[in-house]
Amino acid sequence: MLTVTHFTVLSALLFALGALAVLVRRNPLIMLMGIELMLNAVNLAFVAFSHYLENMDGQVFVFIVLTVAAAEVAVGLALVVAIFRARDNVDMDEIDSLRG
Amino acid sequence: MSQTLWLIPALPLLGALINGVIGRRLPRALSSWFAVAVMAASFGVAVNAVINLIALPPEAQVIHETLYQWLGVGSFSADVGFWLDPLSAVMILVVTGIGALIHMYAVGYMAHDSDYARFFTALNLFAFAMLVLVLADNYLLMYLGWEGVGVCSYLLIGFWYNRDNLAVGTDEKFLSPRSSATKAFVVNRVGDFGFTLGMVLMFWTLGSLSFGQVFHNAETMLQVGAPVVTIMTLLLFLGATGKSAQIPLYVWLPDAMAGPTPVSALMHAATMVTAGVYMVARSHVLFQLAPATMAVVAVIGVLTAFIAATIALTQHDLKRVLAYSTVSQLGYMMLALGVGAFSAGIFHLMTHAFFKALLFLGAGAVMHAMNDMLDMRRLGGLRKIMPITFWTFLIGALALSGFPLFSGFFSKDEILAAGFKTGNIGLWLAGVVTALLTAFYTFRAVVLTFGGKPRWRKGEIVTTTDAADTHTAADAHGAPGLDPHEAKWVMTVPLIVLALGALFAGFLGLPSVLGENRFEHFLEPVFHQTAIVIPPELEWLLIGISAAAAIVGIFLALRFYRGDARTPARLAAYYPALYQLLLNKYWVDEFYDTLIARPGRWLANAFWLGVDGKIINGLADGLGNALRRFGNTLRTLQSGYARGYALAMLIGIVVVIVLVIARP
Amino acid sequence: MDLGALTEAIVFYLFAALAVLAALGVVIARSPIRGALSLSLVFVALAAMYILLNAPFLAVAQIMIYAGAVLILFLFVIMVLNPRTDILGARTRAQSIAALVFAGAFSLLLIAAFASGPLAPPTGQFPESLLMDLGHTEVIGALLFTQFLLPFEIASMLLLIAIVGAMVLARREKGARKNIEG
Repeated sequence: MLTVTHFTVLSALLFALGALAVLVRRNPLIMLMGIELMLNAVNLAFVAFSHYLENMDGQVFVFIVLTVAAAEVAVGLALVVAIFRARDNVDMDEIDSLRG
Repeated sequence: MSQTLWLIPALPLLGALINGVIGRRLPRALSSWFAVAVMAASFGVAVNAVINLIALPPEAQVIHETLYQWLGVGSFSADVGFWLDPLSAVMILVVTGIGALIHMYAVGYMAHDSDYARFFTALNLFAFAMLVLVLADNYLLMYLGWEGVGVCSYLLIGFWYNRDNLAVGTDEKFLSPRSSATKAFVVNRVGDFGFTLGMVLMFWTLGSLSFGQVFHNAETMLQVGAPVVTIMTLLLFLGATGKSAQIPLYVWLPDAMAGPTPVSALMHAATMVTAGVYMVARSHVLFQLAPATMAVVAVIGVLTAFIAATIALTQHDLKRVLAYSTVSQLGYMMLALGVGAFSAGIFHLMTHAFFKALLFLGAGAVMHAMNDMLDMRRLGGLRKIMPITFWTFLIGALALSGFPLFSGFFSKDEILAAGFKTGNIGLWLAGVVTALLTAFYTFRAVVLTFGGKPRWRKGEIVTTTDAADTHTAADAHGAPGLDPHEAKWVMTVPLIVLALGALFAGFLGLPSVLGENRFEHFLEPVFHQTAIVIPPELEWLLIGISAAAAIVGIFLALRFYRGDARTPARLAAYYPALYQLLLNKYWVDEFYDTLIARPGRWLANAFWLGVDGKIINGLADGLGNALRRFGNTLRTLQSGYARGYALAMLIGIVVVIVLVIARP
Repeated sequence: MDLGALTEAIVFYLFAALAVLAALGVVIARSPIRGALSLSLVFVALAAMYILLNAPFLAVAQIMIYAGAVLILFLFVIMVLNPRTDILGARTRAQSIAALVFAGAFSLLLIAAFASGPLAPPTGQFPESLLMDLGHTEVIGALLFTQFLLPFEIASMLLLIAIVGAMVLARREKGARKNIEG
């Protein structure tokens, strides 16, 4: 018998993995993928709650989040392209011009 | 009758402002005579005011003008207001009249000095402050004048701040003008501290600082001999000892001779030093409520008079003799006040102003002629060369010695008589002995300076030792070496006028056996003194004793110092310890230096280097450094390292979740 | 246990494992291409989850948008940039250890949070039967155009902004043309 807890636990795991991708990797593309992973994990949680609470608000939320995620990935990738156009490799650790 | 009292201090103030701002660009004559003119104008206004005052009935002989409210804080208020009654009338006439004469003299005296504008600015400013002091209607305004004269004293004593040693033609070592000025100011500060505390106590107990209210409240609220009024008056008297050079705060006056002679004449003989006497006289209501303080005043007065006279016996510098003489005569005035003879004290103040100013100006004429050399061992024989100076100086000396019929005789006799009449025989006796000493040292000075043979002609060409001196040897009257001659008219006319005053001013205060004491009568609305009556024979006896003291003193001085003066040297050899004691002024300066000045300086250095330098600066710098280090530490957080920021965010989220879970 | 529930459970665990393993694959992928492909697996697994949760509309939307658009975008960018394979690792060892620790703590905490209590009772607005009757798309559409109109409009505005922004950001500078071609 599946309960909401199953889904939320899965969501938590996926979210943690996404965060890990952001923290541990140097490649900005992988970092963006990690962010997508986190967003997806949240979506899963929303849909699970929507199903078990018998309330459609969750699904509408997911719809919006989908939109936002797409927009964000577009802009993020454009940024990555802009920053790394001239270099040979892509390494987030070399972007430290905001160093104080 | 329009309000004109404010003009009396305002005119010298105007002089000071104009000379201070544009004096340097004016020609010398304009600048200096303008200063004289404002003083003369002030004198004119003063005379007019006094005439108006006399026209008033005796019960209400006061002209009170209030200009505006100066301070008003809570229950405390002080105005800028002027109070003319017979006491302040005497004072303003003395200050403006003698002040104007001395200003005129100074035009001639400072004729070779290029800094004339600064001089006359300070001199006029002094007159302003002194007039504010004597005309003020409340203690706070008086204190303003009090401090003002202190500042001007500093400015004028240290007028020749560039010079180090002014002693010419002698091996005596005096303090430089700068040090003398500082000494005067600092010593006065001690007195001022007492004055301030006295004022605070006054306000606290009596609720006001204005004369009318203070005196009224004191009489209604305090009993005779109450501790609070004793302490209050003692504190006020401490201030008076500073300004009027009494024990223990007299040490600044002899060194104040480093200033130009007109300054010595005006401030340190005739007016500024009398401020303390005036203040005590003005506060007579308070002092009469504290018999203990009166006793202290009288004893200190007579002690100061005696000790200063003994020191004057041995001094070689003419101005120093006159300085100690001033201290001594101020002691007489304090003695008078202390035994309750207030008008006698003020009378002596007035006559002393005449003859002491005269003596100082005479000494200045001698200095001018002798190229600033005043060591009396090197002077002599000036009688024929400078007759006007000699005769006026002689008149002043006779007055100072208390020779019968001169002004000093009447005023001093009145003080001594008051001492006797109030039953203070000891004080009286000490006063008589001091009078003898006074006559002696005065005529010692006269004989050494003017009489005998010219000791300076023994082939010595006297030049000044200081290269920065504006008075070069060639400068003095256009001849190298010494060529003493009489001073110019601008200096001799004031001498003559003052001599007339020294001669005739005494007749204002005749003792009762000889006539009416007009002076005391004039001051009666202020002091309300009841005359103590003694049988006329006793009165004549006292007069005789005073006269005898003077004549004996003069006679001894003439015996000792005329002709081949060997007796003084022999006496000095007989009593070497005593002679050294007197010559070195009882080593009081050295005593103060070791006990107070040196530890004070050490303490000041300790505070400067230790507390301010290390602790406070350390604190300030340390704070700055600590902040800088903190900032540097924080800076490492701004690494620009994106993943670091992300990790920080995650840590933050974890913490928040923990908090949310942990709370019930 | 009835067959339906059993099937549900098997499907869930299967796709859950797939999702987790694919996510792990993203984390440790050696090159971005591999990462992208792992990510696509995650998307598919999640779509299956949505179907399991009775949200077919979203499942299809997920495939279309994520696997169809986002992933393609990723691949294009990877092609343009042509990055070398990078080295795993953080700037300092401490960083990676801290990351692991905190990520682990985070996940545990989340799980604890989720499991801390029972879910609220269902509101009863849209029981499964009703949804089947009305149709998922219709319901979502109706909600979007009534209750959630404002977020809907703002989302569309956001898309516009993103388009313009991406174009502006990725544009070449005038002088840079030479670099790329030369």
